[in-house]
Amino acid sequence: MAQEQQRPYNQGEIRYLTPLSVDTRKKKYCRFKRSGIKYIDYKDPEFLKKFLNEQGKILPRRITGTSLKFQRRVAKAVKRARHLALLPYVTDLMK
Amino acid sequence: MNKYETVFILTPVLSDDQMKETVEKFKKVLTDNGGNIENEENWGLRKLAYPIENKNTGFYTLIEFEGEPTIVGKLETAFRRDEKVIRFLTFRLDKYAAEYAIKRRAVRKAKQEERAAQEAAAEAAPAAVVEEAPAVVEAPVAEANEETKE
Repeated sequence: MAQEQQRPYNQGEIRYLTPLSVDTRKKKYCRFKRSGIKYIDYKDPEFLKKFLNEQGKILPRRITGTSLKFQRRVAKAVKRARHLALLPYVTDLMK
Repeated sequence: MNKYETVFILTPVLSDDQMKETVEKFKKVLTDNGGNIENEENWGLRKLAYPIENKNTGFYTLIEFEGEPTIVGKLETAFRRDEKVIRFLTFRLDKYAAEYAIKRRAVRKAKQEERAAQEAAAEAAPAAVVEEAPAVVEAPVAEANEETKE
């Protein structure tokens, strides 16, 4: 009896009370590919704000999941919008 | 022939007429150099995201045009010479942008028509009320007449 109780401990087995939720993060995807947007309009600052952080910096692909092709286009659109003062170059608390 | 799009910002100190005049001037530069204006949008007085030349607002105008590449240089020289222009951006539309521009134009037109229809409806509604009103007024008078007869 005593041996049986000790066995799991000796093996170093970890037991959880609730089933461990395996980290099932949603897979990121490129929203332009999925929704079939071919051209990113620089004239729509509200849409472009989805790709900026609070300081108005362009978010990296690893966060937004945008494909390389569209990341380049997003960057271009953001820069055009900034030139035309539709978006700020630097700011605080944009959203 | 390429398709181009240009957006420029005029200083907010101008009056409405002066602004329209300036826009006409740039349109003339385009047409004089063999350009073909396809679309023009006036976005009105907008707030700038950051101050330019100590100004916080500006008149935005968008012009889509078609022309030879040399026309862009001429247009931009005209922009640089005019101190009323505080910012401008011109670029060539690729095929996706051209498609988008056509769609955007259609959407804007539809919206404008809708707005016009609403305004027409709003105008028609008071008119209808006016038409009804005399009838309402007449009825009591008629009643009043009957009462006086009695």
